[in-house]
Amino acid sequence: MAAASFETPAFREYPSVPALKPDAMAHLQPYVANEKIQEALGLPGKLVDDWHDVAIARMGDLLGKYRGLRVFMDSCVHCGACTDKCHYFIGSADPKNMPVARQELFRSVYRRYFTLPGKLFPKLVGARDLTKDVLDEWFSYFWQCSECRRCSVFCPYGIDTAEVTMAARAVLDTVGYGQKYSNEILGKVTKIGNNLGLPGPALLDTLEGLEEDVKADTGVDVKFPLDVKGAEILLVTPSADFFAEPHIESLIGYGKVFHAAGASWTLSSHASEAGNFGLFTGDYALMKKIATRIRDAALELGVKRIIVGECGHAWRVTYSFWNTLVGLGAGGTDPYAIEFQKQLDPRYPQPMHICEYTWDLIERGVLKFDKSLNDHRTITFHDSCNVARGSRMGDRAGGQFDIPRNIIKAVANNYVDMEAGTIREKTFCCGGGGGVLTDDLLELRVKGALPRMEALKQVADSRNVNFMATICAICKAQFTKVLPYYGFKMGVVGGVHQLVSTAIRLEGQE
Amino acid sequence: MTASYLFAGVFYVATLLLVVGLAAKIAQFARTPAPLKIPTTPAPVTTGGMVFRMFREVALFESLFKSNLWIWAFGYMFHLGLALVTLRHLRYFVQPVPEILAMVQYLGIYGGLAMVAGLGGLLARRILVERIRYISTPSDYLWLVLLLGIGCSGLLMKFVAHTDIVSVKVFFQGWMRLNIQQLPGDPVLLAHLAGVAMLMILFPFSKLLHAPGVFFSPTRNQVDNPREVRHLAPWAAKMEAKN
Repeated sequence: MAAASFETPAFREYPSVPALKPDAMAHLQPYVANEKIQEALGLPGKLVDDWHDVAIARMGDLLGKYRGLRVFMDSCVHCGACTDKCHYFIGSADPKNMPVARQELFRSVYRRYFTLPGKLFPKLVGARDLTKDVLDEWFSYFWQCSECRRCSVFCPYGIDTAEVTMAARAVLDTVGYGQKYSNEILGKVTKIGNNLGLPGPALLDTLEGLEEDVKADTGVDVKFPLDVKGAEILLVTPSADFFAEPHIESLIGYGKVFHAAGASWTLSSHASEAGNFGLFTGDYALMKKIATRIRDAALELGVKRIIVGECGHAWRVTYSFWNTLVGLGAGGTDPYAIEFQKQLDPRYPQPMHICEYTWDLIERGVLKFDKSLNDHRTITFHDSCNVARGSRMGDRAGGQFDIPRNIIKAVANNYVDMEAGTIREKTFCCGGGGGVLTDDLLELRVKGALPRMEALKQVADSRNVNFMATICAICKAQFTKVLPYYGFKMGVVGGVHQLVSTAIRLEGQE
Repeated sequence: MTASYLFAGVFYVATLLLVVGLAAKIAQFARTPAPLKIPTTPAPVTTGGMVFRMFREVALFESLFKSNLWIWAFGYMFHLGLALVTLRHLRYFVQPVPEILAMVQYLGIYGGLAMVAGLGGLLARRILVERIRYISTPSDYLWLVLLLGIGCSGLLMKFVAHTDIVSVKVFFQGWMRLNIQQLPGDPVLLAHLAGVAMLMILFPFSKLLHAPGVFFSPTRNQVDNPREVRHLAPWAAKMEAKN
């Protein structure tokens, strides 16, 4: 793929809705997963001969298993409320990136095979046969969705395009038409334990190096323990935290917080990944399999608490699904769930976000900060889509917005919010979520970042914002890549615990 | 009398299809499990809060209000108007007419006007706004035309070409007791009734399923408590037994 074969969208003077450019993104498809990648996941290596029948059967299977999908297929009235809400539509002007039009790629096939009017009068109701062209179109446009759920906020029936995208990707996987990037990562995490394929010894090496760095920097022996049996807390974090910039700065922040709190904690080499790309491909069994690694590691190490690092989709899976998938939470009455509950400390919410943990310590006055150390920064916060619209923190609705902001304000003096229509539950996706964080989809990523970049530009120009904090590994990687396309330095993005790390004062620190 | 029997028969079939079709669809929605907690957050953390959220969604179209004021205004005018019109029409089916129903009759007239105005606005948007034109199928336009036809023929009978509504009531009172009476032969009335019958017949096979659908939408009707309560679908629980 030739670099810069596309133009970075210009900042809009007003947030106007673009005029439609049909098929503007029709050329863009991710790389197709090869046989080796597919077969490692137990999926067909290439498009199966009877793909048509297999796909329709899989659709029927999903329609019977997911109420959301079934209801969403029948409920849309084409009112148009969602049409201007997707960042990929705003950035690309391709009408098929309007949420309803994206759903319609799937719904048209649903109508043809699963509804009476679609069988009798396909043209009248916009139903169509599943052809190879349709399948190709799915592969193109269902990999131009980041499953960020912004459209679902605005739909009068709560139709969530992410659920439709997941279903379409599940069907594509079933017929042997997988996406290379996501399925390769799924292979690594199920085989090795993290998305990067970083084996245990390499991880140990990295963590030791980190301890030396922090010691050199602060003079304090902050530990990054691995596989410590009997530790109280298991930290599960996105594997990018182990070596990518700026992710690693937040990992250092977690370590310092644990150190300051005197906590007994450990990482696990078996479960060295919070991310769970099974969410992106709509594969419940795979999502469960990946989550089971966390369960196994927690049982093996005997930890009492499980805390998850800065990662958006991981926190959605953790918060919303872990209790369902592997009984990691409260309230289960079945033996499978009870086995886990017996071990976990019931005084704390399980699992817990690192921001919940840190904010609790701040509220109790356990942590000491010198806020002026962040004075060179004017900070804004980018709400990550999966945290904002697919999870919660704390005990109140909306805690996922307030807790990270509260932490930032506790460790820094200069904080500014971006425009109200672009934050909290209306936040725009970074453009790289949901399994599109790959260079073969760079055009999509750059264009999809437009609304966020505009909001950032506004506060950068008017309020001198020079740091955008976020709590997602994908957001961090995506922004690091696309910020320069919009004239920003890549160092503008960083983690919330990176700010904590800057300001925290440890006992004995020089 | 032939037309009376024809319309009576059509309405029996239409009623049957509407009730059975809708019941079957609702049963299907209810039977299909929601395997994962997917409320669009921030979401209520209690059942009471969730019921309040659903109420705001159904009674006020809250999400649509946040989304697009024009669509909300036209859509709300239409739906509220339709509710008032339906209330007004109850007088054809109950005898004696309760005082409260008699008192709200006049609201139905405003409802009829609002309904037609709202539908006109929705149709105009569908034609004039490029994005909405792009996503519209022929059936989207036909639905608006059908509803406009029902609304306009109703208003026509109120304001221009009056029909013998006493006979209409006699017809429907008889119809409910399987005793078919003479239906007035006014073309506007017959067109009005034919439109309503068509709507009833098509309802369970169409996008009008958004009406029951919204109550089953997991992004709206789930309580945000996944850490406190284990949520497990029967088919997902079976996967656990294998572990």
